[in-house]
Amino acid sequence: MAVTRNADAVAPVRRSGPLSIWFSRHLSISVGSLGRLVRHPFSSFMIVLVIAVTLALPAAINLIVKNARSISGSWDNALDFSLFLKQEVSEDEATGLGRLIEQRADVQSVLFISASTALGDFKEHSGFGAALDQLPDNPLPHTLVVRPSPSNTSDSMILLQEELGNLPEAEHVQVDTEWVQRFHAILDIVRQAIAIGAALLAIAIVVIIGNTIRLDIENRRDEIEVTKLIGASNAFVRRPFLWTGFWYGLFGGLLALGLVYYGLFLLQGPVARLAGLYQSNISIAAMNLEEAGAIIGIGVFLGLFGSWFTTARHMRRIEPR
Amino acid sequence: MIQLENVTKRYPGGQEALSGLNLSVDTGEMVFVTGHSGAGKSTLLRLIALIERPTSGQVIVDGKNTRRVKRRRIPAYRRQIGMVFQDHKLLYDRPVSDNVALPLVIAGVGQREAGRKVRAALDQVGLLHKEKQRPETLSAGEQQRVGIARAIVSRPKLLIADEPTGNLDPDLSLEVMRIFRRFNEVGVTLLIASHDISLIDRLGCRRIALEDGRLQAQPEEESDAWL
Repeated sequence: MAVTRNADAVAPVRRSGPLSIWFSRHLSISVGSLGRLVRHPFSSFMIVLVIAVTLALPAAINLIVKNARSISGSWDNALDFSLFLKQEVSEDEATGLGRLIEQRADVQSVLFISASTALGDFKEHSGFGAALDQLPDNPLPHTLVVRPSPSNTSDSMILLQEELGNLPEAEHVQVDTEWVQRFHAILDIVRQAIAIGAALLAIAIVVIIGNTIRLDIENRRDEIEVTKLIGASNAFVRRPFLWTGFWYGLFGGLLALGLVYYGLFLLQGPVARLAGLYQSNISIAAMNLEEAGAIIGIGVFLGLFGSWFTTARHMRRIEPR
Repeated sequence: MIQLENVTKRYPGGQEALSGLNLSVDTGEMVFVTGHSGAGKSTLLRLIALIERPTSGQVIVDGKNTRRVKRRRIPAYRRQIGMVFQDHKLLYDRPVSDNVALPLVIAGVGQREAGRKVRAALDQVGLLHKEKQRPETLSAGEQQRVGIARAIVSRPKLLIADEPTGNLDPDLSLEVMRIFRRFNEVGVTLLIASHDISLIDRLGCRRIALEDGRLQAQPEEESDAWL
């Protein structure tokens, strides 16, 4: 008896405050919403899968673009100018010219490739070795490979190109940067396309979740009516549906992450083989923590937004009759 | 507790459910509203529960004019009133205790306190031992008692019931009425719509008879309830 009385005396002090009541209510509603999804595993999984695929698609393409950028960004030498000299320029004149160009402020270094070295390289790599031996003289000119200093802007690069081309000894200046610039331009377009596509897919997710929640609301119409009849506010009847949207978004985001990582795993072998062929050590850059978090965050946001949007429309409509 | 002043309720079809009705229920009273179906009993209760609003006239509940209760304040208003329905309106996807706890959950009452109140309410209707069962496993009479427990769990001052014994046999009806009586004894005001005149007469409560949306001048004496 004494124990009971003690417990009674303590009870009011331990009574939970409004915040902890609010918290425990949300916890129980969220668990309840989760339980509803688990009770219909197949249909819930289908919706989660649709959301996951819709999220994974732009994420994967974005990852591909990111990798392509980082690989092409490492091709610094692609910025070099190849200055082909006229046939009549001798090897001494060419090295002298090279030293002269190297003194320019906008040039970092100059590499001299003599006509005979170039021919040797060409024989070795082209596979035309025997055919080239038939030539009476070396058809290749001396070449100066000019590496501009990194401080150059694109304008000063054009200026440098022009000045090199105007040298009396110069036959032709080849700029190797052009295709890299084109490649980057293409990547930029792909990036833009992803942004537009992702926005459309985001709308699709909102619609999918909204429609699912709408069906859920229709199925639980009686329950909503009864709850409202005994004094529930719109906010109260909305809460479980918002949680349902939250769970769809969260699981959709997590599964999307899983799909992307599985795709990376599948690509690892082929990329390693490709890297081997190019004698380079490129490897796939995975998503960093922020990107992974962003996918889940976007999933949750779209889930909440979809359910919020739908419940806002339908909850007011369902009133006890 | 309840005052109706010249209340008319006309439905969109032009049909008049209540016409210039005046009535008053004092605090602590237990009053029955009788009348044939279509006489306006349900409409009266729906106006009090603010499921509908009167076309004209005033409905004043606990000193509050329902006309002044704004739409978004309706939930809070309804929480002050206990409601019992002919078809129980229980939620069949959850146990009895959760059904009874619903008004407390809506009001944001803490879990421990809610549990205590739920058990007290179930005890009052004699269903404490069925706390964990699902409503569909209970008989009609038991389900109605669960509905009553839910209506009184947050200790409302006013309880309205629409044909609470409509689906019950005489013994169960009497049992339900006895439960109502006990609440009345502890000060709850009750307004009960029923056509079970013989039962009402046995309880000896005041009776408001409606006919075609008006007060019936001479309440009929003989019972036709069992016909």
